[in-house]
Amino acid sequence: MKQFFAFVKKEFAHILRDRKTLIILFGLPVSQILIYGFALTNEVKNSRIIIIDHAGDEQSRKLTQKLDASNYFEVYRVAQDISAVQTAFQKGEVKMAVVFPANYGNDLHHQRRAQIQLITDGSDPNLAAAIRNYASAIILEYQRELNAGIVLPYQIVPQVRMLYNPQLKDAHNFVPGVMALVLMLVCVMMTSIAIVKEKETGTMEILLVSSFKPLLVIVTKAFPYLVLSLFNVVIILLLSVFLLDLPVNGSIALLFFESTVFIISSLALGILISILTSSQQVAMLVSLMGLLIPTILFSGFMFPIENMPYPLQLISHVIPAKWFYGIVQGIMIKGLGIGGIWKETLILSGMALLFLLASLKSFKIRLQ
Amino acid sequence: MNIQNYSPAPLAIVAEQLSKRYGDFVATDAISFDVREGEIFGFLGANGAGKTTAMKMLCGLLKPTSGKASVAGFDVHSQVQELKRNIGYMGQKFSLYDDLSIEENIRYYAGIYGLGRKEIRLKSLDLIETLGLEQERAKLVGSLPVGWKQKVAFSVALLHKPKVLFLDEPTGGVDPLTRRQFWEMIYEAAGQGTTIFITTHYMDEAEYCDRISIMVDGRIEALGPPAELKERFGAASVNEVFYQLARTANRTE
Amino acid sequence: MRIVYFLLEKEFKQIFRNPSILAIIIGMPLIQLLVLPLAANYEVKHIGIAVVDNDHSTYSRRLISKIGASPYFSLQDAPLSFLSAAEAVAQNRADLILEIPAGFERNLIRENGQQLFIAANAINGIKAGLGTACLNRIIEQYNEDVRAQMVPGAALGGMVQLDIAYSDWYNPLQLYHLFMVPGILAFLVTMITGFLSAMNIVKEKEDGTIEQINVTPIKKHHFILGKLLPFWMIGNVVFALGLLVSFLVYGIVPLGSILLLFVFLWVYLLAILGFGLLVSTYCDTQQQAMLIMFFFMLVFILMSGLLTAIDGMPLWAKVVAFLNPVTHIIEVARAVVLKGSGWRDVWAQFLIVGVFGIVFNVWAIWNYRKVS
Repeated sequence: MKQFFAFVKKEFAHILRDRKTLIILFGLPVSQILIYGFALTNEVKNSRIIIIDHAGDEQSRKLTQKLDASNYFEVYRVAQDISAVQTAFQKGEVKMAVVFPANYGNDLHHQRRAQIQLITDGSDPNLAAAIRNYASAIILEYQRELNAGIVLPYQIVPQVRMLYNPQLKDAHNFVPGVMALVLMLVCVMMTSIAIVKEKETGTMEILLVSSFKPLLVIVTKAFPYLVLSLFNVVIILLLSVFLLDLPVNGSIALLFFESTVFIISSLALGILISILTSSQQVAMLVSLMGLLIPTILFSGFMFPIENMPYPLQLISHVIPAKWFYGIVQGIMIKGLGIGGIWKETLILSGMALLFLLASLKSFKIRLQ
Repeated sequence: MNIQNYSPAPLAIVAEQLSKRYGDFVATDAISFDVREGEIFGFLGANGAGKTTAMKMLCGLLKPTSGKASVAGFDVHSQVQELKRNIGYMGQKFSLYDDLSIEENIRYYAGIYGLGRKEIRLKSLDLIETLGLEQERAKLVGSLPVGWKQKVAFSVALLHKPKVLFLDEPTGGVDPLTRRQFWEMIYEAAGQGTTIFITTHYMDEAEYCDRISIMVDGRIEALGPPAELKERFGAASVNEVFYQLARTANRTE
Repeated sequence: MRIVYFLLEKEFKQIFRNPSILAIIIGMPLIQLLVLPLAANYEVKHIGIAVVDNDHSTYSRRLISKIGASPYFSLQDAPLSFLSAAEAVAQNRADLILEIPAGFERNLIRENGQQLFIAANAINGIKAGLGTACLNRIIEQYNEDVRAQMVPGAALGGMVQLDIAYSDWYNPLQLYHLFMVPGILAFLVTMITGFLSAMNIVKEKEDGTIEQINVTPIKKHHFILGKLLPFWMIGNVVFALGLLVSFLVYGIVPLGSILLLFVFLWVYLLAILGFGLLVSTYCDTQQQAMLIMFFFMLVFILMSGLLTAIDGMPLWAKVVAFLNPVTHIIEVARAVVLKGSGWRDVWAQFLIVGVFGIVFNVWAIWNYRKVS
């Protein structure tokens, strides 16, 4: 036991001495939270549009102003020639063009009916759909203003209420994801590379020959990263609660327990990779390409899983981060207790066990 | 009897008050010495005494804080490019690429030093033959035993016929027989006019050198042929001389 | 210049001799390119909606079938109460709840107006926002149908009507992966070349072979060229392969000039490699290099407009996005491939990326000189 602690202390000293690495290790969650919390948004805001105004009358100007005034849009330019649309799109200057026909104002006045053309840059179909929706809504509202005083018969009025997230904040969506990502990064990438480095420089053999049980050698290497990861969890929670006003509706102890399970599964994966690879470069590439990116993709926090083709959905079931993500969301936002997440916890624990056994087995085969 | 002591061979290395400071820390403290062409000069000292720093300055790897030095006739401050063309270097890690074959390593370094294609081919054949490595020529250097790696590294360092060859603890981790063979290679190179500047931990190797210097705490505390130093310090071996000097040292790694 | 040839020869031998690295360089991006666009799908479709029908009338059923017919929604269960619908949401089977009150049909006809209740799982902002917007549109359309049925045309006299004609350019089938593939390709090339170049140089530092290089008379810029060129070439290969895959698998044919794409890539790669070089001058171990690169890559990908629009970002974030070289290649890749943008349309990006290239490389060389 004493030996174990001595080794662990040495590992810690190593890591703490490496200031650059530490800065990044702790800077990672901070930067992620800052970016997700304050920079990124899926909302349509200030989308630049171009107005092709063939009419140039009061009516078209009023509607233009209304569009500009809304949070959704920002009128980038007003032009008279339809060819400006192609150029503006190709230069990436605007996402939509609103075209007023030459007789716009007249038609409204005399025929009580006019047409507006909305041309969207369909490259990003999602954004285009959203922009279409919002533009239509604004135009409809404008139409209602023009018809003020006339009551529409048979009017259905939907009342909308938001569950769990009254202000529509995305923080609830990504914080669990950031947690999963950072933990995976530290535990898989760092651990695998640290162990492979010892293999590369040959110091691994020294340890293996010592009277120290070889498996424990690996465990001591991984242990500091467990502690670091838990630190990261604390940091992320603190930032989320105080900076992003994210609630923790469920039990924090449960959260830490689940985090530990996830960390163990990630560490086991890192160890497995280190056993199977022979150079730091390869370990890095495998962790990065083979693990981290699929995690970002299939955990569900960036891209909705139900949108994926079925085979990909199946893949997501194999990704530990997916289960962890659901668990954290459940605890933090829905306030679920162990009763609500026991199934996922079981699956996650099972995965952790599986990876541990796998690394144990390959360790015995490869290094002994 | 050392002929070199009598014939005025030109100086291959000259160092005058060479110093390197890092803030308050003086790694090398105004050392002065010279080395004649064809000499085997042993540069000894404990870890942290400043050997490696001094050698790096002479190789053009570090800029001295003060003092002057010239190697192969080129100034270490202002003529670094030409200096590098005329020296060879073999570091502690041998500096061969483990994932390239012997042949490929030779090709690479010969090419870097500007040897022509034909020359490279000839030298490559020559080197491999001399070392008796015909069977291993295409093997990756990483798979070779340390002794062979060392010999190949040494030969590669001499490919471009440098005037001065710097060796930084080249015999670490090899068996005594291989060490002996290695020293034979050093003698041969020196015999052909190459100046050898070697740092080492092994005090018995110091006996093979024409002259040695011993650094303690950044300064040269002893300089001269081994026999002379042994007499001066009343020691039976260079090891003892070193021990006497090192005991007074303040700096250890 | 001959010297550079020898440097390159050595680099390539080392790369090709390492089968795992080779496989990963070529294989991984291809897999990601095949998998990512399918996974990175923000399209709002098949949102689970639980409709609580308290009315069970013809009208309510018509509304429900209209919702069911929409590709955006997928009807879940037939919950009997709001509470069980909320259960469905808690269990992630549904994200939207629509409650039709009892007496819906009767009240609509008699009272001339009626309310509907929508509740959305706002945990996922996109889904909630788009979901409710879509649902509102469907309800609106349903409303118009009802109105048209009850009050044919003429009675609407006096009303002003604005007709909207929709036109969607460049992506007629509204395929999200058309949008993602060029961006992902650009990003993959970035990652590979950036990571490999940074780690390569640090490896030499770690192994000690860089010392050997330093004692040779190699000029610094030759050495750096010898380090950058192999990865520059690899970047081109990966990009070309990626374009091929995009064509074979997704049928994507760039609308604009492929030459333009490549020329921009050439300038861009210099910037990215310069960045990798820069990072390597600050690192002593491969672990550090990898970690730092990963940190920046993560920031780069998030702030590049690959996944979320830049327009909506606050000013400081827009500045960061502007200073991010990845933003620009993704913009150019998308513009040229999907919209057929030409040289004149992207000259600004050329300039920006070119400046980055110069800045990064000069900074790196300056740093490098300092060390020795």
